[in-house]
Amino acid sequence: MKSTLLFDFTVDKAAKTVFITREFDAPLSLVWDAYTKQEILDQWWAPKPYASKTKAMDFKVGGRRFYAMVSPEGQERWSVQKYTSITPKTNFKMFNAFADKDETLELPGSDWDFNFSEQNGKTKVSISIYNESLARLEKMIEMGFKEGYAMQMQNLDELLVTLSQRK
Amino acid sequence: MRRDIFQAIADPTRRAILVLIAAQAMTPNALAEHFDTTRQAVSKHLRILTECELVKQEYQGREIYYQLEIKKMKEIDKWLEQFRKIWEDRFTQLDKVLLKLKSNKK
Repeated sequence: MKSTLLFDFTVDKAAKTVFITREFDAPLSLVWDAYTKQEILDQWWAPKPYASKTKAMDFKVGGRRFYAMVSPEGQERWSVQKYTSITPKTNFKMFNAFADKDETLELPGSDWDFNFSEQNGKTKVSISIYNESLARLEKMIEMGFKEGYAMQMQNLDELLVTLSQRK
Repeated sequence: MRRDIFQAIADPTRRAILVLIAAQAMTPNALAEHFDTTRQAVSKHLRILTECELVKQEYQGREIYYQLEIKKMKEIDKWLEQFRKIWEDRFTQLDKVLLKLKSNKK
C-alpha cells in the first residue's frame, strides 16, 4: 500500500513561487508543534543524510531561528529564518536567507508562508515559497543537496510497516 | 521570442493538454473537445507549448497532430524532481516524528 496522504508540489516559475501541500495523519496541534518547536524541527527538517542543528530559536514575531544543515562530513550550511507574522495554529510567515556562521545574511532570501488546517483528524499544511530570483532556488537545491544526497526510501517503508501493524 | 518553459507548464490548461497528448497525438479540434474554452484559446496554448518545444506538430494530410516532446519534458522533470524529493524526504521524516509524538501522548 502506498501512502494515501495528499502531496502536491508545483513550481510557478513566472510567479517565482513554489507551492507545496501535504497532509499529515496527526491532529493540528501536534503538526503545529512540529513546525514551530526547535527540538521537533531538528528531527525532520534536514533530508537524510543531512542533520538539522538549531543554534537559536525564538518563535515569535520579530524572532528567528538560526540553524545549520550539517552534512555527514560535518560541513555546516547556515540559514536564518525570521518570523514576520504568526497566527497560532493557523498560519505563520517567515523570511529565509542563507547566512554564514556569524549570522551574516546572504541576500536575497525567500518569503515563506505556512497555512495549517485540520479535517477528520488529518492536518493539511500548505506552504508557498516566494523567491526573488529563481536562480536562488536552483542554488538552494545545489548547495545543500549535491551529489551524495540520496532519497531514503527506507524511511517510508519503515513507516508503512509501523502503520500497517497498528491497524 | 524564446518562451519560458516553466511559465508554460504553470498554466493548468496547458498541463492538461500535455497530459492528454502524452497518451496519443491529437489535433487541435480533438483537444478542444476536452475543454470548456474556445478552439482559439486551445490554439493559443498549443502555440505557447510549441514555442517552448514541449510539443511538436506533425502533418497528416490536412490535419495537424500535436505530440509530446518527451526529451524536453524530462529536462523539466529532472530539475523539479530534485526539489520535490527534498520535500518528500523531509515530510516522510515528519510522518515518523508525528507518529512517535502521537504514541507518546497515549
